Amino acid sequence: MNLADSTPAMNSLLGSEADSQRTLYPYVTGTSVVGIKYKDGILLAADMGGSYGSTLRYKTVERLKPVGKHSIIGASGEISDFQEIMRYLDELILYDNMWDDGNSLGPKEVHNYLTRVMYNRRNKFNPLWNSLVLGGVKNGQKYLGTVNMIGVHYEDNHVATGFGNHLARPILRDEWHENLTFEEGVKLLEKCMRVLLYRDRSAVNKLQIAKITEAGVTISQPYSLKTFWDFSAFKNPTVGAEGSW
Amino acid sequence: MDGISGDLNAPHSMGTTIIGVTYNGGVVLGADSRTSTGMYVANRASDKITQLTDNVYICRSGSAADSQIVSDYVRYFLHQHTIQLGQPSTVKVAANLVRLLSYNNKNMLQTGLIVGGWDKYEGGKIYGIPLGGTVLEQPFTIGGSGSTYLYGFFDQVWKEGMTQDEAEKLVVKAVSLAIARDGASGGVVRTVTINKDGVTRKFYPGNTLPLWHEELEPKDSMLDILSSASPEPMVS
Repeated sequence: MNLADSTPAMNSLLGSEADSQRTLYPYVTGTSVVGIKYKDGILLAADMGGSYGSTLRYKTVERLKPVGKHSIIGASGEISDFQEIMRYLDELILYDNMWDDGNSLGPKEVHNYLTRVMYNRRNKFNPLWNSLVLGGVKNGQKYLGTVNMIGVHYEDNHVATGFGNHLARPILRDEWHENLTFEEGVKLLEKCMRVLLYRDRSAVNKLQIAKITEAGVTISQPYSLKTFWDFSAFKNPTVGAEGSW
Repeated sequence: MDGISGDLNAPHSMGTTIIGVTYNGGVVLGADSRTSTGMYVANRASDKITQLTDNVYICRSGSAADSQIVSDYVRYFLHQHTIQLGQPSTVKVAANLVRLLSYNNKNMLQTGLIVGGWDKYEGGKIYGIPLGGTVLEQPFTIGGSGSTYLYGFFDQVWKEGMTQDEAEKLVVKAVSLAIARDGASGGVVRTVTINKDGVTRKFYPGNTLPLWHEELEPKDSMLDILSSASPEPMVS
C-alpha cells in the first residue's frame, strides 16, 4: 500500500483477517470526554480533534451531541463508529416519539440501550470502537454514565474516557462536590481540559462544553483555552545539570 | 522480487495527492496522475477525478481497484436515485452513499475519497471520506500520501470565500508542491471546477507548473547549454 500515512493503532484481536466482519483497528479517533454532575444537571466537555494515527488531521469534529430531549452523548474513539451510533440513536428516539404517548426515553434508558449495543457487538468480535459518556436529566433526576467498546458500563458523579481517566478523574475526585454552580462546574472542566491539552498528544486546543438541565440541551460554540508556560524552571530547565533535559 | 522494477504483482495503488476546495460559488477538485505498482509507475497520466453525476465528482486515492469499484457502485446508485427523484442528486446524498460502502466494508477497503460538487440547495460542498468511512463536510480537504506535505501549506494559505481563479491557482500550486516531495505522486495536475454553470476540466502538464527548491528549468539537451552564452558550461 502506497499510503504513506502513519500507522494507526495495530490491534489484532484474533488471528485471521479473512474473517467476514470485525473491526480491526480505528482510523480517525477522538480523544477524551469528561463529564460531571452539577447543581442543575450535567456538564460534558470534549475537544474537537479527529486524529489519524499521530497526525492531528481534523480540528472541527463535534464529539458532543444531543439525544432526544433529555440526554447528551460524548464520544471518543473511532469517529465513523460514532456517526453510526448517532444513526442508531436517532432511530431509537424517532420510534420513541412515534408512540406519541407522552412518554420519552430518559438518559438511563438510552445508556442501557447503548450498553446492550456495545456489549453485543463485543461478543461478536466486531466492536464499535468507542468510549461513550451519556448524561442527562429527567424529572429532576440527574444521570451520568459511561460505556465502552468492551461493554464495561457504570454511572458516577463524574466520568471520563481515554486519557481523561488518568488525568481528569484524580482532579475531579479531589475537587468535585455536590451542588456545584454552573460557573464552578465549567471552571472545573476547563481545569481538566487544560491538563489534557498539556499532557495528551492527541488533544487539540479547540473545545466545546455541553450543558443539559431539565430545560434542555445547549452546546457551546467552539473556543480555545489559554495555556501557561511562564515558569522559571521552563526557561532554564538544565541549569545546574548541563546535558540533562 | 526484482529490486529495479519493483514488485509488478503488487496491487495497483494511487499513492496520490488529492484536494477538494470550496470557493465563492462552487468547488475545485484537484489531483496528480501517478498510479504505481510497487516502485513502477503503471500509469503516468491517470484520471483520479471521476464523475458520479453531472454535478458531483469524486477524487480517488489509495487502492486503485477499491476506489474504482466504490465509484462505479455509487454512480450506479446515484443514477437510479436521480431517475426516481426527478432532479439532480445533492452532493450530500452522493457523499452518504460513498460512506455506506466505505463504512460497511471498512475491513476490506483501503481507499480515501473526496466527494465534491454543486447543488441548488447548498451550493458548492466538499466531503472528506478517509479510511474507516467517517464523513466530514469541510471547506477544504486534502488526501492521499502526498497530502502529508500539504498540511502546513494549507494552514498558512487557506482563506474562506476565494474567487474561482484564486481557488484553482491554490489547488494547482498545492498538488505541484506535493508532487515535488512525494515519490508516490507525479505526472500532470488535473482539476475539475464545479459550479452552477456546470463542470470545467483543466489539465496542467509538468512544464506549466512552477519550479520548487532545487528544481531546474527543463532543457531539450545539454547541448543547448553548451552553445549558449555561459562562460564555462563544462567544468572539470
